[in-house]
Amino acid sequence: MAEEFLRIENLVKAFNGNTVVKGANLAFNQGEFISLLGPSGCGKTTILRMIAGFERPTSGAILVEGKDISPLPPNQRKIGMVFQAYALFPNMNVEDNVGFGLRIAGMPAAERRARVEEMLKLIGLPGFGKRFPFEMSGGQQQRVALARALAPKPRMLLLDEPLSALDAKIRVSLRQEIRAIQRDLGITTVFVTHDQEEALSISDRIVVLSAGNVEQFGTPFEIYNKPATRFVAQFVGTINTLEAEVVDPAEKSVSVDGQTFSVPRLPDGTRGPVSLTLRPEAVSLGKPNGQDIVLSGKVSEVSFLGSVIRLRVDLGRNQLSLDTFNDRHTPPPMLDQQVQVSMSSNDILILPN
Amino acid sequence: MKRGKFWSGKFWSWVVFVVGALYFIVPLLATIQFSLSIRRGTWSLDAYANVFQQPQFQQTFTYSLIIAVAAIIVGLLLVVPAAYFVRLRAPQLRPLIEFVTLLPLIIPPIILVFGYIRLYSSSSILPLTNTDIGTNILLTLAYVALALPYMYRAVDTGLRTIDVQTLTEAADILGANTLTILLRVIFPNIIVAALSGAFLTLAIVIGEFTIASLLNRPAFGVYMQNIGANRAYEPAALAVISFIITWAAMGMIQLLARFAPKTART
Repeated sequence: MAEEFLRIENLVKAFNGNTVVKGANLAFNQGEFISLLGPSGCGKTTILRMIAGFERPTSGAILVEGKDISPLPPNQRKIGMVFQAYALFPNMNVEDNVGFGLRIAGMPAAERRARVEEMLKLIGLPGFGKRFPFEMSGGQQQRVALARALAPKPRMLLLDEPLSALDAKIRVSLRQEIRAIQRDLGITTVFVTHDQEEALSISDRIVVLSAGNVEQFGTPFEIYNKPATRFVAQFVGTINTLEAEVVDPAEKSVSVDGQTFSVPRLPDGTRGPVSLTLRPEAVSLGKPNGQDIVLSGKVSEVSFLGSVIRLRVDLGRNQLSLDTFNDRHTPPPMLDQQVQVSMSSNDILILPN
Repeated sequence: MKRGKFWSGKFWSWVVFVVGALYFIVPLLATIQFSLSIRRGTWSLDAYANVFQQPQFQQTFTYSLIIAVAAIIVGLLLVVPAAYFVRLRAPQLRPLIEFVTLLPLIIPPIILVFGYIRLYSSSSILPLTNTDIGTNILLTLAYVALALPYMYRAVDTGLRTIDVQTLTEAADILGANTLTILLRVIFPNIIVAALSGAFLTLAIVIGEFTIASLLNRPAFGVYMQNIGANRAYEPAALAVISFIITWAAMGMIQLLARFAPKTART
């Protein structure tokens, strides 16, 4: 069991009567990479800014290694932070930017130079010391910002949407680099993002937030495969929602647009309308073995994505998205073609609203 | 068609430009011409020579320069932190602060100086006017007030070009205190704006007459007025000299703007 590093207790933040964070309770372990994921306005940045000390909690506590850090100003928290807007000091070159925290801490010049050189090597920009921020690309600037945050050996690293201002390719390569550096140093890291793919790909655990509430806290595997709420299911990845009607509560059989099948997972005594959700990859075209539910419908959309083909099938009132692998011997179905789709009742999730 | 466009658009803008330029240049040329006409029937720089030979010219000019530098330092110490904190912590106060900084433009210097004399004369709690040094301090502070509208606007414009909040937070989380942030992060990034405020202050202080005269200080403005009342050609020469000083100050602003540190924005 890893050691607990950061604990957030009943954290609440209100701005002028508008509550943005509504009682968060979280515990992060030493060396973990945690993502705070949610749409804009969900409170993720506010939580990060409270950890940094830029915002004062309305109530609740933030404990680092068991000690409440709330009374400390940001400059005494020993936390490193990377901002979305890079925030390199425009008047200083890379060397002075990275060495800023060390200089404040009173590190002698020779030692400082060595540490700066070490940091520049770590981020893959050795020899960039004399460059000014305006002479570098966004990706390079953000790497310098990371080096600047890590140079004073902070006890925790906070990343506030550091990749949002970069273009797609650099975003992917830099996120892998950040993760590799983080693993290397074993530094506890809190990463704020609204991009679910980003969060899924680099996190040890993810906190999904919506409207100031923690919806779910778990590993990417759990978040994706066992979403705790409908919000999580819809926000993380794509999901199909079928509006069904319970036909026989004892048999647990339901009807979707006139096609009846049974869902053994349905809670006992469920009656009337019910929403069934499942991932597109849990639905297959045709009737392979092991799929106990077969529905028929009409193809309404075919998107060729390369290795994967995403289809949309009209069942009547409901529509179903499904992904099939691109098999170069079988062309995809045509638009308006009648097809059979199948799924396993074990993959169907019944989520509270 | 091209011709038609020229006549309707470019032509009239050139007319406006030429008329405007003449409005400024003709009086200036006349002053220069007059300053060179001290000898009958020939151009000469004698008026300028007379001015430079007078010991009061150097004395009063040096005095005003020192007061100007003092006013610039005090002004920057006052305005930079004020504008910074307003931007960072109390943006809702900005309209109020802007109004306050505009007051010196509304209140004539004569009112200001009478107010000062009443407040700081020999019978007051803080009798600044009792000593020379006290009066110099009072004069400096008066100039800080006079230059406030220009200084505040210059600095505030400089702050607008940088992301004050994020830079402050970035330095803060790295362990810097407020003084360090101001000196090492904020000020170096607005130095060009601050310098343009400084040169405007210089231009105001060098020519100022009312306050210096009523406080009985040996300032350049007072000296110019004195010469103007007693000589014919030398005032014109002095006017040209002070023009050149002002323009040199403006030129410095332009020159320094080229060395402005580029911001991280794309």
